[in-house]
Amino acid sequence: MSKQSVVKVGIADLNIVTAPDVIRTSGLGSCVGVVIFNKNKQIAGMAHVMLPDSNLGKQATINRYKYADTAIDILVEELMSRGIRKPQLQAKIAGGAQMFQINTGNDMMRIGKRNVEAVLTKLAEHKIPVISSDVGGNFGRTIEFDPQTGLLKIRTITKGEHVI
Amino acid sequence: MNYQQLSHLQLDALKEIGNIGAGNAATSMSKLIQKKVDMEVPSIDIVAFDEVMEMVGGAEKIIVGILFQILGEAPGMVYLLFSMEEAETLVQEMTNNNEFTLFPEGEQDELAVSALQEAGNMIAGSYLSALSDFTNINMQPSVPHFSVDMAGAILTVGLLQVSEVYDYAIIINTKMNDAEKVQKGINGQLLLLPSPESFNKIFQALGIQEL
Repeated sequence: MSKQSVVKVGIADLNIVTAPDVIRTSGLGSCVGVVIFNKNKQIAGMAHVMLPDSNLGKQATINRYKYADTAIDILVEELMSRGIRKPQLQAKIAGGAQMFQINTGNDMMRIGKRNVEAVLTKLAEHKIPVISSDVGGNFGRTIEFDPQTGLLKIRTITKGEHVI
Repeated sequence: MNYQQLSHLQLDALKEIGNIGAGNAATSMSKLIQKKVDMEVPSIDIVAFDEVMEMVGGAEKIIVGILFQILGEAPGMVYLLFSMEEAETLVQEMTNNNEFTLFPEGEQDELAVSALQEAGNMIAGSYLSALSDFTNINMQPSVPHFSVDMAGAILTVGLLQVSEVYDYAIIINTKMNDAEKVQKGINGQLLLLPSPESFNKIFQALGIQEL
């Protein structure tokens, strides 16, 4: 049996993994963890999306891993460049919490919800079905995806651990 | 403004701001627990988002976070952070009740949460009023926002405004230590995260806006 290693994805980061390795991102709050995978080929990409829309970026050169729209495009490209066709892809998502009830009228404070909406819109654009999701609430999540089983393990502090 | 092009003078000014705030905050914390509290000299950390989480022990580490928005002319965020044990010790000291825990029977103890929010009000309030006096810029803390959760989830909230503009943050980081250094000391961490537009206001107020 080959050794299983854990590929880590940071904040505003993404990566690709093939079985037997697994892929993990830690401490998702308002950020959304997006997994796009193909179970037959046992391959998956994961992005840790921080903001919904790259068009709202105020940077001269944007970090394409940070935004829902650009990060998902990259994941899809990366998977297709490994010989997987788009109709063979499926997605699972988790995160998008609202950690604090901050009332400023500022959209930044509803960013979790906006991140989830942006992710769903972009996945729909690529016609990639979201087969399960665990989003919202006011708590953090650490997620780990196993491309061999296609299961996404979600760990929280107060609500324990479950698999979707 | 590019964070990485801050002059030594500007970095020193930020450190001095942190110092003055920390001195005030230490005083109000020691009043609260009637013990001497030391503040370390603040560090000015220019760090990538993942490094912010490393500053408090990693994105998955459970922390007690009390968050304040800075209202007024120079917006930003202030975090007061404790480990679970530190937060519980603080509540025990404040209430003279050594039985207090944050999660008796799995539910948050509302009294303990209120006590911590109140401690946060006093500490963040005195920190910001010192900053405000020094810079002559109006800065007020919002009501406290409380959470016990993973560091990544709690700290990202403070990084959102920065993240629209940059991939790294400037954090003025102050550690508080129980001066008596007893085994279960009350330690904590104060993080000041000015919004990107606030730096120029602060530097202007201090007459050092030129690089």
